[in-house]
Amino acid sequence: MATPIVVPTPLLALPEGWTAEKDIKTVGKLSGATQRTLEPVGPYFLAHARRARHKRTFSEDDRIQAQERAKKVENDEDSEISEPEDPMMLARDAKDWKQQDHYKVLGLSKYRWKATEEQIKRAHRKKVLKHHPDKKAAAGRTDDDNFFKCIQKATEVLLDPIKRRQFDSVDEEADVEPPTKKQLQKGNFYKLWGNVFKSEARFSKIHPVPMLGDDKSTREEVENFYNFWYSFDSWRSFEYLDEDVPDDNENRDQKRHTERKNANARKKKKAEDNARLRKLLDDCSAGDERIKRFRQEANAAKNKKRLEREAAEKKAAEDAKAAKEAAEKAAKEAEEKAKADREANKKAKEAAKNAVKKNKRVLRGSVKDANYFAEGDASPATIDAVLGDVELIQGKIEPEEIAALASKLNGLKVADEIKSVWKAEAERLIGAGKIKEGEIKAFTA
Amino acid sequence: MSGAKSVAPENRTVIGLTFGNSNSSIAYTVDDKAEVIANEDGDRQIPTILSYVDGDEYYGQQAKAFLIRNPNNTVAYFRDFLGKDFEHIDPTHNHASAHPKDVDGAVSFTIKDKAEEDAEPSTVSVSEVATRYLRRLVGSASDYLGKKVTSAVITVPTNFNDKQKAALLAAANAADLEVLQLISEPVAAALAYDARPEAQVEDKIVVVAELGGTRSDVAVIASRQGMYTVLATAHDYEFNGVALDKILMDHFAKEFLKRNPSAKDPRENARGLAKLKFEAEATKRALSIGANASFSVESLSDGIDFASTINRLRYETLSRTVFEGINRLVESVIKKAGLDVLDVDEVILSGGTAHTPRIASNFSNIFPQTTRILAPSTNPYAINPSELGARGAALQASLIQDYEADDIDQSTHAAVTTVAHTSNAIGVVSLNAAGEEIFVPVVPAETAVPAKRTVHVAAPKDGGDVLVKFVEGNTHIKVTKPEPKPKEDKTAKVEDAADSDEESDFSDDDEEEEEKREKVWKIGNTLAEAAIRNVKKGGKVEVTVQVNADLSVILTTREVGAQGGVRGQLNA
Repeated sequence: MATPIVVPTPLLALPEGWTAEKDIKTVGKLSGATQRTLEPVGPYFLAHARRARHKRTFSEDDRIQAQERAKKVENDEDSEISEPEDPMMLARDAKDWKQQDHYKVLGLSKYRWKATEEQIKRAHRKKVLKHHPDKKAAAGRTDDDNFFKCIQKATEVLLDPIKRRQFDSVDEEADVEPPTKKQLQKGNFYKLWGNVFKSEARFSKIHPVPMLGDDKSTREEVENFYNFWYSFDSWRSFEYLDEDVPDDNENRDQKRHTERKNANARKKKKAEDNARLRKLLDDCSAGDERIKRFRQEANAAKNKKRLEREAAEKKAAEDAKAAKEAAEKAAKEAEEKAKADREANKKAKEAAKNAVKKNKRVLRGSVKDANYFAEGDASPATIDAVLGDVELIQGKIEPEEIAALASKLNGLKVADEIKSVWKAEAERLIGAGKIKEGEIKAFTA
Repeated sequence: MSGAKSVAPENRTVIGLTFGNSNSSIAYTVDDKAEVIANEDGDRQIPTILSYVDGDEYYGQQAKAFLIRNPNNTVAYFRDFLGKDFEHIDPTHNHASAHPKDVDGAVSFTIKDKAEEDAEPSTVSVSEVATRYLRRLVGSASDYLGKKVTSAVITVPTNFNDKQKAALLAAANAADLEVLQLISEPVAAALAYDARPEAQVEDKIVVVAELGGTRSDVAVIASRQGMYTVLATAHDYEFNGVALDKILMDHFAKEFLKRNPSAKDPRENARGLAKLKFEAEATKRALSIGANASFSVESLSDGIDFASTINRLRYETLSRTVFEGINRLVESVIKKAGLDVLDVDEVILSGGTAHTPRIASNFSNIFPQTTRILAPSTNPYAINPSELGARGAALQASLIQDYEADDIDQSTHAAVTTVAHTSNAIGVVSLNAAGEEIFVPVVPAETAVPAKRTVHVAAPKDGGDVLVKFVEGNTHIKVTKPEPKPKEDKTAKVEDAADSDEESDFSDDDEEEEEKREKVWKIGNTLAEAAIRNVKKGGKVEVTVQVNADLSVILTTREVGAQGGVRGQLNA
């Protein structure tokens, strides 16, 4: 709340005899309001929104806000500098600062390259307050400024962006070792390797750096990851590890010589580092199940067409074979049937022939039974004439008619009846024009 | 911002954008202070123009230059087409650039944006144009900041409808930009002023006159301790920067023809017209700064060069109709809000045309002396009017950049933004020097509830027992006519006051004695009475009024510095 406005004009004096319970009496009520839309803009609106959404009153909100702020201050105070100090580190000689871990000296070893400048400054201040030589002197230890120098050196390196980068380049504490085979057997491939690449990503000139991802990453993501890392653009440099630092006292040639030597050494280390990263990637990709899977999938897609074509060919061949077999079978069956038919025909013909023979015997027998239509013993001429007619009729009529005739004659014993049958037959034949009238001699008489 | 691109708060780099119909600008915040970014050409006002030459894309000032030589492949004034059907757009301003076309109801432009000589011109929808343009803006901002800009707050006019907003969001998302929030332009301007460290949190009525190239928008805003409620708005498409350009163009074209009677009218050929317009704009800008400006165009018409000068007085006389139109617009919107010019505490001039000194001085004539006119020519501490929107947007962006997209959505939801506003002021009764009862406002009208205000009121001189009388109050305008005026029109009434006021802007002051108009508080319903006993001599009484969301009121009062006090509650 802002400071209240001060109104110079005076309030009313209390009239005589004004009384009320608790010195206040309420008379009216507010005369309505309009609903309007606030513009959702500005810090005061955000405060309003916070109150409205959390259903807080003004004072509650103020208190909670104040609390949150207070907590934040505390966090700022002691979050990063709570690391215990290693007595070995405290005893370090400031002269070999090249070997010292600057982050650890400032108590920032869990932040390392992620530490912000702000954090470094605060950490430095905190350490200085603790290890200032004057404080040591007050405690009776004079000339004990060794660790203080370490702190100053660490701050000097870490607050200078160029020097800090050089130190970060060779800060092995921040590296994550690639997982061994044993670890990989037990642990999660993606998590183990992911941590390695997360730590390596700090050297990238290009951000954001694609990460390893997990089992569900798409093929594109995985390819993108490997492409990026195989052409990794690193800012890592190795000046920090220079063995000789040329100083101004040396002569020019000497200096150049040292510089050349250093440059060569750096180049060599850089090449080694690139090779190291390449090996990391080779190792990782060799164990990467996703790559295998993608390759299989790709192969499967490629082979799919070929397999389909082969299957189609095979099917066609089988179909042709089946058709051929079916045709052969049909032909064979037809042949057998024809053969059977032929035999059946032959049998029927023979049977018919036999029947005709039998019928003819019946015909001939009938005239013999009728005693050749002669009374008493028939003369050979009569017999001959009757038999001649029988032969004639038999020769003129079809086997069916012979059978019909035979069935009519069969069983007849009386000569007249037999004769009338024969006579009717002879007349039918004459009627049909198959036999001429004169040819039949015995039956017409 | 449903279904749109969202970025995790920790990965955000935010900017504020004004994406105007004529010009756009970009701002970001350093240490809670907004700064406007210059693009690679060094422009802080970046013309909202895209141009294609041989497949190369140009934007901003470079593209603007191509309006002369390559108008057909230059797209300008397209912002207002976003989210509109072809039927509902006003293509007037596109006369001298690529023309909008109707492609299946969507507004599109046909431009050659490919490098090949004989490539077919492509049809590009207005949202695609906006996306390309925004991409360039974001690119410039990213280059300037050295970080990829991921998110922005964009300002929009108050009359942008949901469809237009959705189209703008879609265009921004397509340009790979997360839109944290769309805020209205006048409120952004108000926020830019209120965020200055020297600004005080107070209750005031602000008029924001947003005078742009192709449109003028005026809004009346109730600013209640930093919470803004728009009470009324008005929009105008006649009285704008382009109209002023037109006046200068006509003026110089006539002068050119006077000097070269045989030459053709430069307004009748496209290139001559474009040259005139380009130079007229520059001259207009120069006239906002200096009292004289030159105008010179090479080969204006028929190969004849033309050079001339104009002074500010001449320009102001010529542009009178436009200025008067703007005055009327401002007055009408105040009336629409149910207020009077006397109620206005602050006038913010925003937009490119707001640089014009005459507009600001006209405003100081309309409004009473006590009203602050925030324009460069009237107030040395004024912020550049062209940058207000972008600054406000950048400030808002820095305020909400730590919020999850969801959180922003919920906080800007109608359930949170729609609240009751008091219709009358709540205050206490006090005595003026003449011993009359007067109203001292504690909670002004149009205050969003819940609200809590505290004032310190002096006790009677001798101290003793004090009566604190809580009342409602409202204002009316008291007009005192000048005493002896037999000749004057006697029918001038309160309602005509605004008109007579306006007339006086351009008439000589000594011709008629002005009416005296003042804002008077009227004491309304009594809400409660409370007594404070035995106040010290020369003491003060603290009065606190808290209006709750359900319109119940808690009244507390006590002597400043003393314990205890009196407390009462009014039910809704």
